[in-house]
Amino acid sequence: MSGSVDNPARAADFGDALSARVIGFTRMLRDQGFPVGVQEGLDTLRVARLCDITDPQGLRWGLRALLCTCADEWQRFDELFNIYWRVEGPRTRSVTTGAGGARHTGRGEQGAQGPARNIDRPGLGDARGIEGEGPKGGASAAEVRARTDFQHLADQGQLREMEQLVERLARRMRRRLVRRARIARAGRQVHLGRTVRNSLRYGGLPLDLAFRRRRRELPRLVLLLDVSRSMSLYSYLFLRFARGIVSVFRDADAFVYHTQLVRVTEALREPDIERVKEKLAVLSLGWSGGTRIGACLERFNRDYGRRLLNRRTIVVIVSDGLDTGPPALLAEHLQRIRRRVRRVVWLNPLLGRAGYQPLAGGMRAALGAVDVFAPAHSLDSLRALEPYLVNG
Amino acid sequence: MKDIADFQWRLDEAGYVAERSLAATLMLVSRMRRPLLLEGEAGVGKTEIAKALARVFDCPLIRLQCYEGLDVSSAVYEWNYQHQLLTIRLQESEPAPVQEKEQHIFSEAFLLKRPLLKAITQPEPPVLLVDEIDRTDEEFEAYLLELLSDYQISIPEIGTVQATSIPYVVLTSNGTRELSDALRRRCLYHYVDYPSFDKELRIVHKHLPAIGEQLGAEVVAFVQGLRELDLRKRPGIAETLDWAAALLHLGLEGLEQDPARLADSLACLLKTREDRDALSAEQVQRLVAKVR
Repeated sequence: MSGSVDNPARAADFGDALSARVIGFTRMLRDQGFPVGVQEGLDTLRVARLCDITDPQGLRWGLRALLCTCADEWQRFDELFNIYWRVEGPRTRSVTTGAGGARHTGRGEQGAQGPARNIDRPGLGDARGIEGEGPKGGASAAEVRARTDFQHLADQGQLREMEQLVERLARRMRRRLVRRARIARAGRQVHLGRTVRNSLRYGGLPLDLAFRRRRRELPRLVLLLDVSRSMSLYSYLFLRFARGIVSVFRDADAFVYHTQLVRVTEALREPDIERVKEKLAVLSLGWSGGTRIGACLERFNRDYGRRLLNRRTIVVIVSDGLDTGPPALLAEHLQRIRRRVRRVVWLNPLLGRAGYQPLAGGMRAALGAVDVFAPAHSLDSLRALEPYLVNG
Repeated sequence: MKDIADFQWRLDEAGYVAERSLAATLMLVSRMRRPLLLEGEAGVGKTEIAKALARVFDCPLIRLQCYEGLDVSSAVYEWNYQHQLLTIRLQESEPAPVQEKEQHIFSEAFLLKRPLLKAITQPEPPVLLVDEIDRTDEEFEAYLLELLSDYQISIPEIGTVQATSIPYVVLTSNGTRELSDALRRRCLYHYVDYPSFDKELRIVHKHLPAIGEQLGAEVVAFVQGLRELDLRKRPGIAETLDWAAALLHLGLEGLEQDPARLADSLACLLKTREDRDALSAEQVQRLVAKVR
């Protein structure tokens, strides 16, 4: 406070033009998606006073601490500050001691406005051109839908409908899982405090036991989706499934891979599905052909393993197991994942087809390191997964 | 600016090397009395910041280490059950009415204060460090948010406990789980990065005054080079200090002096077998050569 109070001239300046500029800056941040509300607006002036508004560096640091709420915003702040206050880039970079700046979360943010609007990338949902027999008439429509192999969805309308169903299924799963968990563990732990209180009546003998109800924790879910060309029929549907999962399970993460691994959790949380598509399209730009499951799992282990994998994690891998990399690498890293988690579930959409045998090299190598190997080609088969997604 | 420089100097006095920008944030924490959320990778010294603050304000540091399943009884308060049971037995023969007895055993003498309750009932404001807040569950986070805005704790048997002093609150997170927006907005925020060469060198000299100019600079440059590599667990500041101390103990004056001993001492920096295997002798030599 002393900085401005010491100097009456400065304190007077502070009243008008400059504080209006500061308020203008918070507006700009709000437009950029920073969570700036009325309270922050008021706090801003206070910070400006504390950090000495006439000193650009102090103002920068103070406002950054106040207005940023996560690493992503922290990294963008400096540039926005420079633009608004017309500070030249290089000069400030040398002054800010390089905090932030160098790190990138690798999220492809703001990608939607970029030139890359290529939604129809192979591997990301170009299932529309596929010939197949759609379900028509016969048994009740819902029943048919539940059993239809995703590969037989004939037109856009059916596909979209199925996408919605898949996402809704994922959302419902959580509600059911939570309820079941509550019942399962009710009253297994003695509530000592209440028991002591009850025991007053019996002269201190704990005759009347009170129980603590404890909610069983939901698992942490990690989804790894293969979006290579061979999976293109299914990948978009599974992305919708993943979207349902990450939007309701707070502790869930989704990744896509074919030659590279990309975390898509944030992209999927975007409320508008069209924007999700755009973001995903941008993320997958520049990928070449082929699938390197082993290398992608290695990357996953290195970058995310320590953070995401623990005893209550359930890892779900969706892939047909057609791997162009060495099977030994795949097996090794899958084993490594499995050692750290509760369960590894491998979903193979091909498994639902008559006569399919898991003979592809990668698939054979993986079989030894998974706990559950299941088909995932229809709504019914996805629904059957539910018991495997509980921490039991 | 004077305030910021002043605070930086006080941090330095307390044995913590801070950049200007961090000093600015901490100065705001002390003036605005808002909680501070620190994020950054493991090993960049987030916890140290809270300790340094406690030294600057010359007040106690109360630490709550978070973990999965942390509950009210280990974070806020708990009744001393054994003591209560014992007292009930002792009171058995007394003619006092049950109500009175109950009041007695639910008085403050039987209350075990856990970190959060302890932090708001101190005579002088302490520093409250809530370490790795991202490891707890959502319910606890919500509880903490409530505490951080009202600074009161309600205990059913006693009533509401008002804070006698508002602590300086420091939360740290490694990003294991996304924190709620409400909590983030309540806090001031600072992203802690790995230190720059100059800063790390100053830290080394601060902690190991006996280390020579040459060895100090080489150690820091080596570790900084190591962080650029593709490691599973990148060495933090604590590792740098351990390693520098080890080299000092081995009597080395420069990294090139004794490759065999250097290789052995790397255990201080690389804490997983994969990382040790991944770093070949040539790579070590290359790093050493670059350092010079």
